[in-house]
Amino acid sequence: MKKIIVSTSPHIKNNESVPKIMWSVNLSLLPAAILAVYFFGLRAFWVMVVGIVTAVITEAIIQKLAKQEITIKDGSAFLTGLLLSFNVSSAVPLWIPMVGSFVAIAIAKLAFGGLGCNIFNPALIGRAFLLAAWPVQMTTWLAPFSAKTAATPLGIMKLEGATALLDNFGECTSSLYKSLFLGNVGGCLGEVSAAALLIGAIYLIYKKYINWQLPIYYIGTVALLSWIFGGKALFIGDPLFHVLSGGLILGAFFMATDMVTCPITIKGQIVFAIGAGIILTVIRIYGGYPEGCSYSILIMNAVTPLIDRYIKPKKYGA
Amino acid sequence: MISLTFPGGIHPPKNKDLTRDKAIKTIPFPPKVIIPLIQHIGAPANVCVKVGDEVKTGQVVGEANGFVSVPVHASISGKVVEIANKPHPVKGECMSVIIESDGEDNWIERHVSGNGWEDFPIDKIKNKIKDAGICGMGGATFPTHVKLSPPKEKKIDTIIINGAECEPYLSADHRVMLEDVNSVIMGLKIIMKVLGAKKAYIGIEDDKEDALSIMHSAVVRESNMEVVALKAKYPQGAEKQLIKVILNREVPSGGLPMDVGVIVHNVGTAVAIANAIVNGQPLIDRVVCVSGEGIARSANLKVRIGTLFSDVINECGGFRGDVAKIINGGPMMGLAQYTTEVPVIKGTSGILILSTDEVKVESANVCIRCGMCLEACPMYLVPSKLGSLIENNCIKEAKEEGVLDCVECGSCAYTCPSKRPLIHYIKYAKLQISKEKK
Repeated sequence: MKKIIVSTSPHIKNNESVPKIMWSVNLSLLPAAILAVYFFGLRAFWVMVVGIVTAVITEAIIQKLAKQEITIKDGSAFLTGLLLSFNVSSAVPLWIPMVGSFVAIAIAKLAFGGLGCNIFNPALIGRAFLLAAWPVQMTTWLAPFSAKTAATPLGIMKLEGATALLDNFGECTSSLYKSLFLGNVGGCLGEVSAAALLIGAIYLIYKKYINWQLPIYYIGTVALLSWIFGGKALFIGDPLFHVLSGGLILGAFFMATDMVTCPITIKGQIVFAIGAGIILTVIRIYGGYPEGCSYSILIMNAVTPLIDRYIKPKKYGA
Repeated sequence: MISLTFPGGIHPPKNKDLTRDKAIKTIPFPPKVIIPLIQHIGAPANVCVKVGDEVKTGQVVGEANGFVSVPVHASISGKVVEIANKPHPVKGECMSVIIESDGEDNWIERHVSGNGWEDFPIDKIKNKIKDAGICGMGGATFPTHVKLSPPKEKKIDTIIINGAECEPYLSADHRVMLEDVNSVIMGLKIIMKVLGAKKAYIGIEDDKEDALSIMHSAVVRESNMEVVALKAKYPQGAEKQLIKVILNREVPSGGLPMDVGVIVHNVGTAVAIANAIVNGQPLIDRVVCVSGEGIARSANLKVRIGTLFSDVINECGGFRGDVAKIINGGPMMGLAQYTTEVPVIKGTSGILILSTDEVKVESANVCIRCGMCLEACPMYLVPSKLGSLIENNCIKEAKEEGVLDCVECGSCAYTCPSKRPLIHYIKYAKLQISKEKK
């Protein structure tokens, strides 16, 4: 008889795989990527290309040197490169996404042991590194459809106040919200259009690759706290402005939900989300930076092992 | 009717269409049988025949060794030609009695008691069940008379008959319910009498509408029996999940169903009990579902215990195409065999011949903490963590995380996108823990 396979049960497996998950997440970011090119032109395209190519090449070279299996086909390095470039402005010189992707892959991912072993979201570590090293380049934004520099809505809010912000948008809150939702504002490549990001997010929730609880509790916490503390007096803040601006939508649906670095139980993810929401709001309202999304996620990444240690499912029969 | 279910579990392709509509066919008794002395959980039977002895069908060839043990019987008449270690579908190898057929099928004398059993004292019924060599036929093979003898302080109020048959491919229990409904009910009545239980439920997955309706009409006049439709989902037929779903009781960690006043029996076991008590017939055959893309003609067969897999496969027209795996049991919990020269035993609910199209061989990767195994686990453990701990030989920590609560249903490994061999790790850890105890 021909050779037969003898292995442990189960003898059938489903069709999910890590590459399938990673490429699905990449696909879900496509609408936001297209809108980035639409608003910021070809420059945005090149930023993404450099970010992705650097991430993939860095991973291949390091794995080759370390004589490990080269895993670039699984789509995770591609995803890190794409997310990194989503986190920089279209005004940056092209070496910025290059350095960022290198740091993300080499230090935040592979130095920790590669996919599945990293504690922090690699793309966010890359962004944090860039922001610390080159703050000027990292905080110079372009207005959509032009080469003029422009401040982000959160930046205007922080430095000049709500009145100045409204002046910029025709003194009408609804046109401000509309611009924020569609992405017609200054900001990082991937964070400007809430609408495009939500299309991808719905796809990921439908595929069950992310849980809705984490992003919704994160955004909900930010909305609640910015309503209470975001105004000149209590309970007059503008929650919708805070939800739609900055990197919150991108961070909540695509960065905080990174499987490797967020808690494994849904209850743990809710704790993570509320913690990140509090940190983000504190940074935005009381901190020195106009935006605190990446730091809020990175800090909660560090707390994730602790959350997983204490929040477990209730065992049957326990 | 609303179908009940539990949170968690998976939806693997059922693949039951291969056999679900095929009536049970009795195959001719084989020229030779291998009767392993251990086909149950507990002490192996003591061999009580010699090489050269003539035996009749139904004659005891191995006597029960203590309380947690059952006898084994000759399943054909003929001559004992060898007593030796032979391949075994679960144990790897086991001392077995090999009988060559005389071509006759001469039976021992059987005491048909008909409805007379209703007046039997309970101990007599239990002894008859033990003497018939009956053990759980769903696959776990725990001696049935032991399950029917709970300690006095454990009052059993409810019996559950397990007709869920949630394993993909398998349809043996399904066919038994359709074709032998009276024996199922009879077996259940005997079980209820022995345990003094007031209520019984028959749990069936809702993809077996025909079995549900037949069972329904069978219990219409039995006020203390109820048929319950369960959602077709794996592992709906796991004992602890059945109890939770039907009665909303949770068997405590490390405990048994009797701790919450319940005993669960498989439909096949109920039929075997009825056969033993009403017809005086020991357990010498069982229904085996032969399925998979690798077999020429899939079928539900009534097979004598001890018949070699190779004989059953020949009866089904042999292999078809490229065979990848031969499994004793279902695809989720069954055991892969290295040879077809193993016998059908009391717990063999199915023989699966999976083709290379059905078996994917993929290398395992690191855990990406996606949490899909947590959502699938019907015991609400953290399989990913158990896997990582055991991979690093942290057996003690795995025990603290509840590895012993795992029922090895395989839902976690089925769903894992990194293809991690989680059940392999868990079985290894359990083995290490039991070795340590000794």
